[in-house]
Amino acid sequence: MHIVVCLKQVPETQNIRIDPETHTLVRQGVASILNPFDYFALEAALKIKDERESVKVTAITMGPPQAKDVLIDALSRGADDAILISDRAFAGADTWATSFTLAAAIKKLEPVDLIICGKQAIDGDTAQVGPELATILNWPYATYVKNVEFLDNSTLKITRQTDEGYAVWKLPLPALLTILKDVGDPRPRSYKCTLRARKYDIPTWGVTDLNLDENQVGLKGSFTQVIKVFSPERRKDKLILEGSVDELVEQLYSWLKEQRIPGI
Amino acid sequence: MKAIIDKELCTACGECADVCPVEAISIREEWAEVSDDCTLCGMCVDTCQYDAISLPEVGTGPKKDKEDYKGIWVFAEWRHGEIHKVSYELLTTGRKLASKKGIPLGAVLLGHNLEGMEKSLFEYGADVVYMVDHPSLEHFTDEIYGNVLTELIKKYKPEILLAGGTSTGRSFIPRVAALLRTGLTADCTELDINEEGLLVQTRPAFGGNIMASILCPHGRPQIATVRPKVMKAEPLEHPTNGLIERVDLPEEIFRTKIEVLAEHKVEGPSANLVEADVVVSGGRGLMKKDNFGMLYELAELLNGAVGASRGAVEAGYADSSQQVGQTGRTVAPVLYMAVGISGAIQHVVGMQGSQVIVAINKDKEAPIFDVCHLGIVADLFEFVPAFIKKIKQERGEKE
Amino acid sequence: MDYFLTEEQKLLQEIAYEVTKEKIRPVRAQLDESEEFPRNLMDILAKTDLFGVCIPEEYGGLGGGVFENCLVVEQIARGCIGIATTFAATGLGIYPILLGGSKELKKKYLPDIAAGKKLAAFALTEPGAGSDVSAIITRAVKAGNEYVITGTKQWITNGGEADIYTVFAITDPSKGPRGASCFVVEKGDPGFSFGKKEKKLGIRASATRELIFNECKIPKDRLVGREGMGFILAMKTFDKSRPGIGALGVGLAQEALDIAAEYARKRVQFGKSIISFQAIQHKLADMAIKVEAARSLIYSAAKYIDTEPKDASKVAAMCKVFASDVAVEVALEAVQILGGYGYMRDYPVEKLLRDAKILQIYEGTNEIQRNIIGQEINKEYGRKKESIL
Repeated sequence: MHIVVCLKQVPETQNIRIDPETHTLVRQGVASILNPFDYFALEAALKIKDERESVKVTAITMGPPQAKDVLIDALSRGADDAILISDRAFAGADTWATSFTLAAAIKKLEPVDLIICGKQAIDGDTAQVGPELATILNWPYATYVKNVEFLDNSTLKITRQTDEGYAVWKLPLPALLTILKDVGDPRPRSYKCTLRARKYDIPTWGVTDLNLDENQVGLKGSFTQVIKVFSPERRKDKLILEGSVDELVEQLYSWLKEQRIPGI
Repeated sequence: MKAIIDKELCTACGECADVCPVEAISIREEWAEVSDDCTLCGMCVDTCQYDAISLPEVGTGPKKDKEDYKGIWVFAEWRHGEIHKVSYELLTTGRKLASKKGIPLGAVLLGHNLEGMEKSLFEYGADVVYMVDHPSLEHFTDEIYGNVLTELIKKYKPEILLAGGTSTGRSFIPRVAALLRTGLTADCTELDINEEGLLVQTRPAFGGNIMASILCPHGRPQIATVRPKVMKAEPLEHPTNGLIERVDLPEEIFRTKIEVLAEHKVEGPSANLVEADVVVSGGRGLMKKDNFGMLYELAELLNGAVGASRGAVEAGYADSSQQVGQTGRTVAPVLYMAVGISGAIQHVVGMQGSQVIVAINKDKEAPIFDVCHLGIVADLFEFVPAFIKKIKQERGEKE
Repeated sequence: MDYFLTEEQKLLQEIAYEVTKEKIRPVRAQLDESEEFPRNLMDILAKTDLFGVCIPEEYGGLGGGVFENCLVVEQIARGCIGIATTFAATGLGIYPILLGGSKELKKKYLPDIAAGKKLAAFALTEPGAGSDVSAIITRAVKAGNEYVITGTKQWITNGGEADIYTVFAITDPSKGPRGASCFVVEKGDPGFSFGKKEKKLGIRASATRELIFNECKIPKDRLVGREGMGFILAMKTFDKSRPGIGALGVGLAQEALDIAAEYARKRVQFGKSIISFQAIQHKLADMAIKVEAARSLIYSAAKYIDTEPKDASKVAAMCKVFASDVAVEVALEAVQILGGYGYMRDYPVEKLLRDAKILQIYEGTNEIQRNIIGQEINKEYGRKKESIL
């Protein structure tokens, strides 16, 4: 069985902000990390590899050359192979163009039985690439998956989270899943795998390797375009209260009343 | 491809180089130069005071039949035979956009045994309700819902489609966008129509630290999802009966590879967490599981749900389905009360969209006080019971 | 300070610290409070391959020596020496097999230990035989193809949690210390059971239990080495493991220093951060000196012991004494620097102090270590030909 895990390198968003005075992007101390949700996707794949026989896990990512760091991380935790999808022509890709490019990579990696993605990436938070990729491949997919079971070698039983509970689906392979943290804590790096990862020569696939036209990828292949970025509105002046509990209770109650909170 | 510098306009001031997140801009003697590291993020474009930077055109050009697309559609979501509130919110927004453009507002209702559900959609301003009633639509699957909505769009060609950013909308709308080969913008917080008549979709990015406005100039329809409770729902003062369009589609559209084995509504602590108007969340400061009891009592009084920080979940005080934050649920209630939560960024990104945030913590330096609207510096074990007593008293007096 | 480690050695440190930072630090207070044995942390550590650090590669290990083991143990100890003790006790439990076991025994037991699938324990101490190890009375009697073991072992780290136990028992009472032998006993062997779990001052995440052998029958090929080799194996094991106890001390002391220094920079009194007061600076300076001195000793001693020198016992004892004393002293000062906060369970330093104390007691009390060093000095100088006086 061949499982492909889609990873994304993202900036550590907690440190990104726009300076309220200069209106410029403050990038001090912004490190590039593996999208936290993708750790769970990788863990889900590696768990399947632990539990079932002859499973191969390939980690892929699309991004600039330095995105190979997340692939080294994935190899260090137990992925068998890794592919970097990188080309100047991929720059500016929206979710459609990204999915389209990834679909080409999946076709080149075939046979593939299962694709696992994180539920979303913390930079864009769109949660779109997984479903779009599956749609382009014409594969069934399930999002927000919290549990994966194999009914047999070609059928999955999955539990997906819904806003009000959960649903249990049966779906045939090949399929794509986007994964929640419920699959279990990501495993640490293994010493042996890390040594291997350091020596592993990660192949890079570009436009020509994937037999794509430059007009289909990157900004040219995208439908959406960012026209403006700006700082969100500042919170209205916050109020920090100290004092006796009785006073504080009165203050909170009347404040909530002013805010017209239902139930107060 | 990379950002384009207009050498005539560029003053080599260097502001763009300062904001470039990938350090792709260097300043030459008289102008800025962009290296191949450029990711076309657009940060520099917005920074430049001299309008000297632009990005290359998106896409390969307009869709051939672009002009045939007219009208705004709202995907109407329902739960247990009732229209979900987010659909009313979207209809209210859609109506404003439609009147600005002078185009009709449609609602799409998919399901089984839908009769009567369309009525309220007219009350919120739909001119036409497109209904597909089929047994295969009784349970949600991305495949069938996506296929059916795609067929409808191909048939009726709306230029804009809005859907709720629920676990349903966020899951199957990308399928629709991919099948139609068009753009999609998730979780918009603001929608508008620009001078060219295009939908301006504004949404937070980078965990809410940055806002971005996005266009879909060539693809049709322009599709956006919006989270529940972000927009206001306002019924029409004088609703009129619109048109009902019942659509029959060929059986093959309803074929699927997915079998729904079960659907469960979860009762208990996390029930309704995402949709509740009031969320009371507890952190490690609660010290033990039993102490969460007072949060349940408070939440019940306010008809709300109980959430938890990652720390509280890891310590076993609350169930993992109650976790709010980056690796848990994202909530945006009217009132969010953070009790004994220090306010790590991973928690904050899951609740910062709340209208009103109240923090209760004994540590005055806790970062939660940076994000709240009202902060109470107090021992939660004294404060919360006293506050519960106060609410009960107020109610007692009224009764 | 740079100790000029190889890439592989640096990677061992890096991986051990990463798992400590991400998985151990966040739960140490909770484990201390609940006194729970962290089975899931053992599973996580298993995934790092570190359990195999000093097991030869042919048995699935990483092929390191005492030095590599110290590097790993030190990093885990920064998180919690309760957990690091559990980890190190597995190493202690398999050293007799590594040092004296047959190929068959190694093949049978080492790969599962290296993979972290099984934990090991070392069982020497008895109610009447603590510092005086020659007083052990647990008996092993050969009966056909079996040995029958009877007796009780006390305060055994990983007791009840480990799958594999190296147990020391007397096979020939007439020969005194030369009559002891070492056996591998597996959890589940008939007649082998566990006593109650001990309640401890510190290292409460580790499990300490009594082992009870009631005519416990094991196949005769579970004998490690030959009959009568028991004490030699135990002593050789300590030569390898005692630097590891030192490494536990270095890790704990480093953590205490890190917390104290960070706190001292943040804590403001009299309008200044308290680190600007010389009283605090001197405390921190002394702590830093001790930590670095202990680390330097452990690293060089461990490398030296890996060359199989004759005076390994003395050097190993020095590591254990010096670094465990440093751990107690530095943890004590860290509590003092944090003041009232240091005494409260909300902060991690009071646990460090409670934990540190065990380092001066287990694997041979520091008094016994000084005896060993002293006796070695006496012998060494007795052999010396050159005279200064």
